[in-house]
Amino acid sequence: MQDKNNIPEFNRETLDLVNQIIKRYPQGRQKSALLPVLHIAQSENSGWLSPEMMDYVASLLDIQPIEVYEVASFYSMYNLKPVGNCVIEVCQTGPCWLNGAEQILSHFETRLGIKPGETTPDGKFTLKTVECLAACGNAPVIQVGTEYHENLTPSKVDKLLEQWKSENKKSHTNPYL
Amino acid sequence: MGKQILLKNIDVPGLADFQVYRKLGGYTAVEKALKTLSPDQITEEVKKSGLKGRGGAGFPTGMKWSFIDKQSEKAKYLVCNYDESEPGTFKDRHIGKLNPHQLIEGMILGSYALGANTAYIYIRGELFYVLKILEKAIQEAYKNGFLGENILGTGYSLDLYCHPGAGAYICGEETALLESLEGKRGNPRIKPPFPAIVGLYGSPTVVNNVETIAALPWIVKNGYEAYAAIGIGNSKGTKLISACGHINKPGIYEIELGLPVEEFIYSDEYCGGIRNGNKLKAVVAGGSSVPILPASLILKTAAGEPRLMSYESLAEGGFQTGTMLGSGGFIVMDHTTCIVKNLLTFARFYRHESCGQCSPCREGTSWMEKILTRIENGQGTMKDIDLLVDIAKHVEGNTICPLGDAAAWPVASAIRHFREEFEEHVKLQKCPF
Repeated sequence: MQDKNNIPEFNRETLDLVNQIIKRYPQGRQKSALLPVLHIAQSENSGWLSPEMMDYVASLLDIQPIEVYEVASFYSMYNLKPVGNCVIEVCQTGPCWLNGAEQILSHFETRLGIKPGETTPDGKFTLKTVECLAACGNAPVIQVGTEYHENLTPSKVDKLLEQWKSENKKSHTNPYL
Repeated sequence: MGKQILLKNIDVPGLADFQVYRKLGGYTAVEKALKTLSPDQITEEVKKSGLKGRGGAGFPTGMKWSFIDKQSEKAKYLVCNYDESEPGTFKDRHIGKLNPHQLIEGMILGSYALGANTAYIYIRGELFYVLKILEKAIQEAYKNGFLGENILGTGYSLDLYCHPGAGAYICGEETALLESLEGKRGNPRIKPPFPAIVGLYGSPTVVNNVETIAALPWIVKNGYEAYAAIGIGNSKGTKLISACGHINKPGIYEIELGLPVEEFIYSDEYCGGIRNGNKLKAVVAGGSSVPILPASLILKTAAGEPRLMSYESLAEGGFQTGTMLGSGGFIVMDHTTCIVKNLLTFARFYRHESCGQCSPCREGTSWMEKILTRIENGQGTMKDIDLLVDIAKHVEGNTICPLGDAAAWPVASAIRHFREEFEEHVKLQKCPF
């Protein structure tokens, strides 16, 4: 049984955006809006997709919850577990590796005191490794929310971390806004 | 610098703005096409231009269009493949970010030729900031009468939308992309039927890469002869090459097909040579999926001819001594590079990106990563090297989509050309680098 208090609901503005996206697809094909709507849902739910949120998305698109779960679990940008306020995604694939991605990753590990897949105890940062971000000419590269940070060096990492700490960086903002 | 078609105006400030693009002659190809050319005439132009799909497969674009079932009463769709995810490839991001109207103009031309009234740009979810630039440009195109109902009073109507992916390399495979656009997991479909007959929502659909579509305005404006006059052999026109790795000037270069590889790597106009004056060791010339070649074979063919940046020349010698132009993702490695470790990062990539539908790919990519991990960590045996070759052979050609081949080719080619380096890892029981 679901706890009624846990049932999420978008505000008017977000619902308008969702309806506008649904209209981009032919009538009866509203399921096509699933990927964009899940991006929005994740941003509205502290950066991850809870079962309640996925059920809510299913109701918005008039599809079965299982159709949402199977999609959310397939794509790597959707988090199915809670994450920190600021998710740092470090590219590890060939071209980034050739240009020092391992050094960048280990610098993040040292500075944050966590390993990939972990969140700092204060809930501020989650560290993740990701595969090719298609910015290989400016390797090594990381992604934070919709931002790319390129040509990274350990000292650039230090500056970014300092900035994110002072501004209480949140990576899960609505990507459409 | 050779002829610039795609990047000619890329440095013009504010190019993403409709007015700036328009002042440079933007949207005149749409005016010409909609007012003076029939859809079939445009398809003919594109066919004769020799333009090939720039996403990696290199299939002739005009021919792909001609397969579309025009008699079908169903809606037709043009879908732009903007799921750029092949390691080493970062050219499409450049176009959408700096010159979105060129892509939109190409989408209008392609849609008109195919008889499509709705078109989608499927863009990888990581590139949301590019999606926003595109959506702003699309709004401008609507406002100025180049999208929407009755474009330029010609009676032709087109709606164009962006659709974000969510992190899945497999969605760059066109049928997986269509599944994803329908709101499903990105599992490739069995072909035939091909999308031209049964595509998006079961309707006739063409899926084309960003760079392919962005070349259309120039071809329509200047005619097929002008385009076909550029290039060499069956490699017509220009190609964007995204160059990365151990070179002095990583970046995106538009080359006339046929440029010597040696000039591309060493000329200051392009890559500017190897970093720190180091020695060239190997190149992956067309994105991570294509066979790796050692310096000797990338600069010259086995027959001793200079290797050229063209579909034919890079493929010269087959997979024994050649490779592929692929997506134009040009990854350069100097003599300090461990081929095994680089390959391991690719193997991890393909294991991560396999959709899991076909067992040879799902299991094979995972085994290849495991075995490469133990060789790199000094725990491999000589038998492991042959086992890798054997697994690659059994993955290749045994899957619904080309991801299996894409995972197998790098492994097979790295062992073909650098076997002694794998053996050294085994003998020393550690990575020698």
